[in-house]
Amino acid sequence: MRAPRPFCAGTGFFALAPKTGFRHDARVSTPAIQVRNLSKRFGDIVAVDGIDFTVARGVTAALLGGNGAGKTTTLSILLGLLLPSAGAVEIFGEDMLRHRYRVLPRINFSSPYVDLPHRLTVRQNLTVYGRLYGLRNLPARIAALSRDLQIGPFLDRPTGKLSAGQKTRVALAKALLNEPELLLLDEPTASLDPDTGDWVRSYLEAYRRHSRATILLASHNMGEVERLCSDVMMMRAGRIVDRGSPQELLARYGRATLEQVFLDIARGNERFAPSEAAQ
Amino acid sequence: MSVAATGLAPIREGFSPARVAAMMLRYLYLLRSSWPRTLELIYWPAIQMILWGFMSRFLMTNSSWVARAGGVLLAAVMLWDVMFRGQLGVSVSFLEEMWSRNLGHLFVTPLRAYEWVIALIAMSFVRVGIGVVPAAVLAIPLYHYSIFSLGLPLIAFFSLLMIMGWAMGLAICGLILRHGLGAESIAWFAVFILAPVSAIYYPVSVLPWWLQYVAWLLPSTHVFEGMRAVMFDHVFRFDHFIAAAVLDALYLACGGIVFLIFMRQARKRGALMQMGE
Repeated sequence: MRAPRPFCAGTGFFALAPKTGFRHDARVSTPAIQVRNLSKRFGDIVAVDGIDFTVARGVTAALLGGNGAGKTTTLSILLGLLLPSAGAVEIFGEDMLRHRYRVLPRINFSSPYVDLPHRLTVRQNLTVYGRLYGLRNLPARIAALSRDLQIGPFLDRPTGKLSAGQKTRVALAKALLNEPELLLLDEPTASLDPDTGDWVRSYLEAYRRHSRATILLASHNMGEVERLCSDVMMMRAGRIVDRGSPQELLARYGRATLEQVFLDIARGNERFAPSEAAQ
Repeated sequence: MSVAATGLAPIREGFSPARVAAMMLRYLYLLRSSWPRTLELIYWPAIQMILWGFMSRFLMTNSSWVARAGGVLLAAVMLWDVMFRGQLGVSVSFLEEMWSRNLGHLFVTPLRAYEWVIALIAMSFVRVGIGVVPAAVLAIPLYHYSIFSLGLPLIAFFSLLMIMGWAMGLAICGLILRHGLGAESIAWFAVFILAPVSAIYYPVSVLPWWLQYVAWLLPSTHVFEGMRAVMFDHVFRFDHFIAAAVLDALYLACGGIVFLIFMRQARKRGALMQMGE
């Protein structure tokens, strides 16, 4: 696989985006995400337990934790797909519970666990989603994305017949159709081979750098988080039990890798109280 | 109105016909991609019509009731299919999203639930057209009966039965949202529970007296009684028309409410991310 294309003017989708959009407007001082006392219960099970966090604009942050830590539940609430039991979520200063539809055009997400319609071709899927986002000049947009993400050769194949790596790139194309200011990713490189995983990570790095978008990803791939993220929130049993940059976390735990930090936390040896972690 | 992140397109905060059209396009792509699906739409109405056509031909010489209006059974079977296909048109398009685990993607776009409902309803029109019109046309050379001979009342009957089909379809979609794909079969059989009491092929008076009360609560019963009044007595019964229209409005409101309630519940339970095969 070729390395991700450089984002040159006139080639990729960034060429279509004027540089005078929201990212430079007066509201830029509000954080991308602000979560206060967020809880989600499913009957007796507490999936998310009163978490607070803020994600500044233009950074790549991660929710890191083991299975059942509450990462995907938190992402679903941020996307408005799941209603919280308590707490507040603001995206770009807008209350997601009350003004979800003001925010949705400015965000997008990708998850290997939520499929695109299998019988539709890649082009058809992108056309439908592009229209749902009200994009003008959609064929040019799809062409630009297909060049950037190297999906051209299978643009007219049914999405269900693609390999895992191809599906991931198509899902990414769908997630970038509206050039989101906030991109939420659930395990973006799950089930990908190392080469494709590396390609996707490079692409995301380049995308954030160029577009100044905010990326929040949920993952339990430590290498990925270490490489992409400047802000890591460690989750366990629905709580944020520690937080910091990868370097801060490594220093705090006296470990060489984030994986070792993860294991410390997973085994209950965190160094910060949850209330401190949320700061 | 606000401007999308790209600065390329204005995003409508209210109702957007473009989003409805996008969803219709999604279902049309699907129909286009699979000829067996399209064939299936035509197949059952045509088979039903052929079967009841021969039955009518036989009964014409053995039943004075049928002989009074030769096409009464054929008209009934085709109109019943309008309702059934109307319901199925809503439910199956909805099920396509469940089968493809696509709800999570759809509901992070600016698509509103009611815009999706409108798209489902519009697709039901398309599916009924594909299914019922060929059967109706085929009946003309085969049995020398044209349902179009009902004239203007046909438009009223067609509309009233479609609306009842939509109402049922929406309620069924709500139930599937609530209970998951395990409840999928409701979409295929639910409407048939109404068939015996809808007086499709016989007058309501045939039913036991207590069941007649139930029958009159269904818009479909009024439509089929109205249809027979046109065919036997050559009169359009406004009382049946109004009763069916009022009941339809009530049913459609209930169907829509059930759907939206279960949609909200699905958001509470996190089902939009998980729904699928």
